[in-house]
Amino acid sequence: MSEISPHIETQNLCAYYGSTQALEDVSIIIPRNQITMIIGPSGCGKTTLLKCLNRFIELEENARVEGKVLIDGENIYSPYVEVTEVRKKSGLLAQRPYPLPMSIFDNVAYGMRIHRLRPRHEIEQAVRHYLQVAGLWEEVKDRLHAPASQLSIGQQQRLCLARGLAVQPEIILGDEPTSALDPISARHIEKRLVELKERYTIVLVSHILRQARRLADYVIFMYMGKVIEAGIAQQVLSAPQHEKTQAYISGEF
Amino acid sequence: MKWKWQYLEEKFIQFLMLISFGLILASLLAILFTILSKGLPSLTWAMVSQTPKGGFYLGKEGGILNAIIGSLYLALGGTLIALLFAFPLALLLNVYLSKTVWADWVRFSLDILWGIPSIVYGAFGFTIMIFLGWRASLLGGILTLALLEFPIMTRAMDEVIRRVPPDLSRAAYALGSTDLETAFFVVTRQILPGVATAVLLAFGRGIGDAASVLFTAGYTDRIPDSLFSPAASLPLAVFFQLGTPFPEVQQRAYSAALILTVIVLGVSLLSRWLSHFLDRYSIQ
Amino acid sequence: MEKRDFLKSNIQTPESRRAKLDQRVRRAFWLFSGIPLILALLILVALWLKSQPILLTHPITKLLFGSAWKPQRGEFGFLPFISGTIWVTLVALVIAVPICVLTAIYLSEYASGRLQRLVKPLLDLLAAIPSVVYGVWGVLAIVPWVQNSIAPLLSQWSYIFPILTKTNPTGYSVLAGGIVLAVMVAPFIVAIAYEVLQTVPFGLRQASLALGATRWQTVKYAVLPKAATGIFASIILGCSRALGETMAVLMVVGNVPQIPRSIFDAAYPLPALIANNYGEMMSIPLYDAALMSASLILLIMVLGLNIFSMLALRHVLRERV
Ligand SMILES: Nc1ncnc2c1ncn2[C@@H]1O[C@H](COP(=O)(O)OP(=O)(O)OP(=O)(O)O)[C@@H](O)[C@H]1O
Ligand SMILES: [Mg+2]
Repeated sequence: MSEISPHIETQNLCAYYGSTQALEDVSIIIPRNQITMIIGPSGCGKTTLLKCLNRFIELEENARVEGKVLIDGENIYSPYVEVTEVRKKSGLLAQRPYPLPMSIFDNVAYGMRIHRLRPRHEIEQAVRHYLQVAGLWEEVKDRLHAPASQLSIGQQQRLCLARGLAVQPEIILGDEPTSALDPISARHIEKRLVELKERYTIVLVSHILRQARRLADYVIFMYMGKVIEAGIAQQVLSAPQHEKTQAYISGEF
Repeated sequence: MKWKWQYLEEKFIQFLMLISFGLILASLLAILFTILSKGLPSLTWAMVSQTPKGGFYLGKEGGILNAIIGSLYLALGGTLIALLFAFPLALLLNVYLSKTVWADWVRFSLDILWGIPSIVYGAFGFTIMIFLGWRASLLGGILTLALLEFPIMTRAMDEVIRRVPPDLSRAAYALGSTDLETAFFVVTRQILPGVATAVLLAFGRGIGDAASVLFTAGYTDRIPDSLFSPAASLPLAVFFQLGTPFPEVQQRAYSAALILTVIVLGVSLLSRWLSHFLDRYSIQ
Repeated sequence: MEKRDFLKSNIQTPESRRAKLDQRVRRAFWLFSGIPLILALLILVALWLKSQPILLTHPITKLLFGSAWKPQRGEFGFLPFISGTIWVTLVALVIAVPICVLTAIYLSEYASGRLQRLVKPLLDLLAAIPSVVYGVWGVLAIVPWVQNSIAPLLSQWSYIFPILTKTNPTGYSVLAGGIVLAVMVAPFIVAIAYEVLQTVPFGLRQASLALGATRWQTVKYAVLPKAATGIFASIILGCSRALGETMAVLMVVGNVPQIPRSIFDAAYPLPALIANNYGEMMSIPLYDAALMSASLILLIMVLGLNIFSMLALRHVLRERV
């Protein structure tokens, strides 16, 4: 356990929707350059926890957050931090891909343009690079300027990955990123994620235990808004300490 | 680093948005303020309880009871007739035609009718009246207002009925009801507040409309005693009195406008209150 | 066998009567549901028939583009009225569109749910105010304001923009009509544009925000392109409302049959022409036919815009329903 270098850390994180508490005193560490998976039964707060990591929780009408989320030791909820900077640090893969209403090329270039990350002449090069990383280049290289909505759902999800990577984040967040996809596209995304963990810290929410077994280096098990158990994937998944975890893993929920 | 261009743009556009929003609110307040401050001082009991006496339009005695009663007759009559057509149409449109192409056409033509300016309804109504040899009369005004209100009412009801959960009517079908029975016994009860809202909406539109009754209902100082006598109306009372050169008469136009506004806003608030019930009882 | 027949006859008779009633109403309803379409056509045909006398005696180009309006001499040029209508409507749109679109964006993208729920009834209230009341407000507040404040202020620029030349000692002008109309159509445009914006999926906004875009960037690049058609349609719908609006405009535009050259000129829009003259002056030959064709022109302008915007909106708002 000692070789883990924390990239993200939450301290006593609590989240409320109105008067209902969705996260209760969550203190976890998410290690750098690994795939961390958040698992747990439906409604236990996985999505909420993920949303706290890029301040998406603030988009909910009546949500409130207490506690700290430290990324590289800096509290992202500090009033001195600009929310766009926080979000730029992490790419998001949503449950369903939402291509922006523009061409495939512009989708990937979008983040670079709004943040002025690169001079104009480098953008083309960069778009190609990120599409390659996302494993989409071969399929779209001849129709870069077609509307992104023409792609299949699986391709759209990879486009979203490329789009997220293009703002040069350090973290990739995914909320069941494969759940809307067919099995082959899902495998495609999984393969990319495994390749990407060398350079990025990846946090995924998953419903599927088998997916967790395939991908996870580190697992966080949640139940009713609390983190019950967190640790190296193999340990948690094969020899869980807590009875709730045992019950979940043996499929009792 | 912190003050990037996009943050500046964001602040600037937010500023513009707040100004725009403020302008719209401010104009609402300005209208209410103007009407209240000009209308209240000359609003007397005589205004609402008497008909015009001799020399009324020169600033002498009298009130606008004729216009108030006339407007109520006109709008009530128009609303009633419109309701006779609107309710069955909206209901059966959803029961029999729900998602057919023809239903699309019906809705489309209703929307078209909704968009026709009220002055055109007035001209059309007047043409028909000439054709029938009628003079400007209460009935003419009522029928023209009914034309004007019919599409508004039907579409408003249609929107409400469309929101009725299909489960409800399906349950009725399961009990062996025919389409017609389901419509009248099950759906109707569910949408009653919505129907009332639609009726009030149309009534408010009708009572405030001047252009359509301008030629069809005419104007008179007496309270109409038959369907074929002309009838005064509040909007026209405002319009005509404002057009006179006498300040006393203009004052009365302001208070007539105030009365009209109060009626219309009252109706609008009432319908809001009713639609509140609708939301409470319908399954979302 | 007998028993079953007995049951059948006993139960099915009332049932078949009910079914028959249902069938009959269903058939009758086919006719009944034609009323709106028939009514719309009837209005069009009636106006067309009534304007025949003038359409047959005067060439259409002369009617539409002639600027002489001398009913006594049989000259009916609608150009002053058509251009008056267009001027007032355009001025209203220039004022209303930016304000309304920004307000709709504010409500949909920035305002809290509570504020959104609070504003809706206010917009309904604004839409419910009768047009004569707007007219009274225009006469009492806007006309003097135009006369005393805006005209002196803006006419300083008239050497650059001739459109701002002050030609008219009173405030009864295109601008006054435009301002009043702008306020009148605002609730329509805001309400529809807001609804259109609400159809844009939340996930799309999230996708943009997740990349670190600001809210405005998100609106500009992700939301507005999706909503553009619908917002445009809402503006066109507002425009058609403005075209047909009668009383309020009539009370503040001055009603001088001329082709306006400046926003401070008086104008005489089509609806005002009809309202002011119909029912009187029937003694002049062709006058009523001329007014009918004015209604027809107005109706066609309004219908054109309405049909266009409704077809567009249908497409946009269908997914929601
Ligand atoms: N916008 C919201 N408003 C109110 N309550 C919410 C909201 N979003 C989530 N909740 C509640 O917070 C709790 C946690 O929700 P969350 O979406 O984080 O669960 P989850 O673990 O992601 O579930 P699932 O696996 O089904 O996606 C749930 O009880 C849910 O009902
Ligand atoms: Mg979830």
